[in-house]
Amino acid sequence: MKHTRWALPLALLLALLGLWQGAVMLYDVPAYIVPSPLAVGHTLVADWPLLAAAWWNTVQITLLAFGVAVVLGVAVAFLMVQSRWLETALFPYAVLLQVTPIVAIAPLIIIWVQNTTASLVICASIVALFPVIANTTLGLRSVHPGLAAYFRLQGASRWQTLWRLRIPSALPYFFVGLRVAAGLALIGAVVAEFVAGTGGSSTGLAYQILQAGYQLNIPRMFAALGLISLTGIAFFALLAGLGKLCLGRWHESELGGR
Amino acid sequence: MEAGEPLPTNPPLIEIDAAELVYPNGTRALQPVSLQVPRGEFLTLIGPSGCGKSSLLKMLAGLQAPTSGRVSLGAPRPRLSYVFQEPTLMPWASVATNVRLPLDLAGVPRGEAEPRVQDALALVGLAGSAAQLPRELSGGMQMRVSIARALVTEPALLLMDEPFGALDEITRNKLDDELLALWQRRGLTVVFVTHSIHEAVYLSQRVVVMAARPGRIVEALPIDEPHPRGPAWRVSQRFAEHAAALQNHLLAASEAQP
Repeated sequence: MKHTRWALPLALLLALLGLWQGAVMLYDVPAYIVPSPLAVGHTLVADWPLLAAAWWNTVQITLLAFGVAVVLGVAVAFLMVQSRWLETALFPYAVLLQVTPIVAIAPLIIIWVQNTTASLVICASIVALFPVIANTTLGLRSVHPGLAAYFRLQGASRWQTLWRLRIPSALPYFFVGLRVAAGLALIGAVVAEFVAGTGGSSTGLAYQILQAGYQLNIPRMFAALGLISLTGIAFFALLAGLGKLCLGRWHESELGGR
Repeated sequence: MEAGEPLPTNPPLIEIDAAELVYPNGTRALQPVSLQVPRGEFLTLIGPSGCGKSSLLKMLAGLQAPTSGRVSLGAPRPRLSYVFQEPTLMPWASVATNVRLPLDLAGVPRGEAEPRVQDALALVGLAGSAAQLPRELSGGMQMRVSIARALVTEPALLLMDEPFGALDEITRNKLDDELLALWQRRGLTVVFVTHSIHEAVYLSQRVVVMAARPGRIVEALPIDEPHPRGPAWRVSQRFAEHAAALQNHLLAASEAQP
């Protein structure tokens, strides 16, 4: 069971790559339309210095945006659970951030903020913020009513209730928010890079995709795309592992019901 | 109405004087009831759903204020503990941490709290489970943890709201016996809410029969069988007579109009 969790998707991946390679070879598809996986792999190795630098730029933007989104999201969530008034006032704006397409506001942010890195981080943070706010708020509110009654009965202070009851109760939800936010931060970073285009010296994977597109270097496009996907999967796995580590043995009982 | 006279030599620990509970929407959860509970009594409240037995218990705990009338616990106010129908344990915390919770909330230093936690766990036969998590325990053992948490503050008054209602009958009978032993050893006053006629007769010195719509006290039946009561009591002729009498009172109460 433990092995099939990664062995099955891996087997599927290999099968699909094999099919892809076979189809490209069979129909003799030119590399500037669909490159074969082997050609993409070859490009990945050959262009590694270029792609690795771009990858590192994108990862930095993603990590910064993720950090900003987590800190800001948690702060907003704590504010919102403190008072219904604050929640009523703030929540529509959180939704506004969520529903506004980042491609539509990214050009504005890039014009307003001179520093390219800062503007990219802002764009990516906006995309990643909402799941942190929504999940943390939900978690802080999802306290077992019986336990809440017990804390009231014992005359627990607001601080004690927050620290000993609300925060532990919120952790499973918080980690779900983190997983979603990490993926969105990466997407936000890539989208913002696309919009920013060639501006600035720090050029990420999206810029490499754009450039490769202009040059009809399709294998490099695929290589960059593959790197983005792998990075997203790695973030997801890392946070899933972190969640397991922090929640230990109890979270399944909490989320699955008794 | 007056439900049972207190023993003259024993000043009442609880005095309920024409306490009434009306919800803001006008529903009368409890019409004025009066009840006295002498120190050291094992009293059971029994009645159908909606008879206000849980509301009455919540009033005693101070979780619910009466709309009119008076609920007073003797002076000085006795230390009380409340046991819910569910174990209401923190799923992320060990058994020992759960039992220590009321002491932590009251600011008892760790060094002073630990031996008391050990004592309380020993009382309910869970000394070996201190490091386990609640989900690793059976329902009956979780309930024992909940009782240990109630006892760790050394209460004079124990309020129990259908504590064994969700357990199988064999476990319930066993916990009934353990509870009686604790009650005698600790000189506790217990107010116990149950749906079960047999449990009421088995445990109580006095059973208060309640009726619904509106919630009210209809009768207080003494169960004049000395403690300790063993398994033989459960199958005795007098037990059956008491159970039958209680059954009749409950039937009459459900048919009679207030």
